[in-house]
Amino acid sequence: MRSSSRNMLLIAPGLGWLALFMVIPCVLIFMLSFFERGMYGGVDYNFNLENFVRAMDPIYLGILLDSIYIAGTATIVAILLAYPAAYAISLSPRKKQTTYLFFIMLPFWSNYLIRTYAWIVLLNREGLINNGLESIGVISEPLNLLYNEFAVITGLVYNYLPFVVLAIYSSISKLNPEVREASEDLGAPAWKTFLRVTLPLTAPGVAAGAVFVFVLSIGNFITPDLLGGGRLQMVGNLIYDQFLSARDWPFGATLSFILIGIMMMLLFAQAVIVNRGQIEKHEAKEEDVSSMNFSRQSLNEKEKSYA
Amino acid sequence: MPSFSLSNLYLNSHLKVVYFFLYMPIIVLMVLSFNKAGLPTVWSGFSVEWYGKLLDNESILNAAWNTLIVAVISTILSSILGTLLALGIERMKVNSGLDALLFAPMIIPDIVLAIALLSFFTMLDFTLGLHSIVLSHVVFNIAFVCAVVRTRLKNFDYSVIEASEDLGAGSFTTFRRVTLPIIFPGVLAGSLLAFTLSVDEFIIAFFTAGAGSSSTTLPMQIYSMIRFGVTPEINAMATIVMLVSFTMVFLSQRINKGITQ
Repeated sequence: MRSSSRNMLLIAPGLGWLALFMVIPCVLIFMLSFFERGMYGGVDYNFNLENFVRAMDPIYLGILLDSIYIAGTATIVAILLAYPAAYAISLSPRKKQTTYLFFIMLPFWSNYLIRTYAWIVLLNREGLINNGLESIGVISEPLNLLYNEFAVITGLVYNYLPFVVLAIYSSISKLNPEVREASEDLGAPAWKTFLRVTLPLTAPGVAAGAVFVFVLSIGNFITPDLLGGGRLQMVGNLIYDQFLSARDWPFGATLSFILIGIMMMLLFAQAVIVNRGQIEKHEAKEEDVSSMNFSRQSLNEKEKSYA
Repeated sequence: MPSFSLSNLYLNSHLKVVYFFLYMPIIVLMVLSFNKAGLPTVWSGFSVEWYGKLLDNESILNAAWNTLIVAVISTILSSILGTLLALGIERMKVNSGLDALLFAPMIIPDIVLAIALLSFFTMLDFTLGLHSIVLSHVVFNIAFVCAVVRTRLKNFDYSVIEASEDLGAGSFTTFRRVTLPIIFPGVLAGSLLAFTLSVDEFIIAFFTAGAGSSSTTLPMQIYSMIRFGVTPEINAMATIVMLVSFTMVFLSQRINKGITQ
């Protein structure tokens, strides 16, 4: 058909670009992870699973678990902060909601390095927070707020919070208020309505936000590097070191591959949650269980930030 | 109902706290950039001398110039490719594999894409430099431009294309005189966003820039300065970079809003 061949022509250059500069490089990383480091830092093309065994070494496993712990904490804190904020926005007058959301999202579009640096300015020993607390006499000696887990988690929450608010908001705003009213009319107290009705129905938004923060946090390299002061290693830093200092590219590739594996599993889990949410809303016919749910929902959320 | 207004009071103060959390670090940084003292964290009077110092710094100016080149070229390329992609996809049947592929550049950790591209370029013996940063930035920019244009196409009335073709206009004329003017605000909004993302991107640029300082971009320059410590110059530079991004995003949002109303 003429129109379908024209559509192929339209999408070919863009898809070709993605295939050449994203899919092939990622396949390359996948293959590289089965080889080993050559004598002088190159790659020896000799197929084995050595790197995967090595990744299970307590040192690396420890770093992986630390990363999961930090990313997990950041995710929970971000959701606890974002949920009430998103809820508050959804209760405000319709016309104001887009403006409120726009100002939630605005910092998200600015430079990540600078947003992280701002926390160095606030948290260092001569920083604003320590100075402030000292001048009102709460503390007599500056606290060590920077270069630790606390600083890294704060930085991650700060950087990704806007998207979580957006994701949760988009779920809450789709909620039919009559469902909540029905629950209240049937005599359920407000907290019970929230726990049994509102929260389960907005689970897809929470899941989308959670996966987003977790995935971007666990692969993060800038925040642990700048706010953890090099003392704190996460998977992202480990990959960086393998490529730029240790020059063991195959092992770095293996670690990236594991990272992508974790990401895929979470996206799948999230797709399941989204789907279940939709069955509960009796809209199951429209979409099926696939990673696509995530993409569509997130695209919708990104649209919202402009709307 | 008292409990209702109480929970409303809580929700509204919580929202205010969130805004405070989001904007306080940025505002502190901006205020401190006008601080007279060399000490960047204690206020000692108003001054713009740090902005003046930036203009004398050869390596910062060079990095800013490099960033501009990379952002402009990658924005132009990704706007064309992303728009064509959106036009094609919106008229095709829903394809979840294609959607996932287009979504991947947005969610894939930067570090993974960065090392994948570095391995790829190295394997091909491709010389690294500003051009390899451009090639890499187009990857994620295509995805964002495509997403923004697709949202615009959702309300697109395809009968105007048929009308144009029925009246004897060729495909190209129809595109130039009918389709493009209608979707142009979406394309422009997408390009502004792509430009912002490219200007701010650090990790992929860092890995694909190659050795030597000739292809250092502004975020790479900022990164090495930050690792050196807190200085008033960084505060000044950060303020300028932030204001540029905010302006771009603001314009992008305005333009996009304009056509829906």
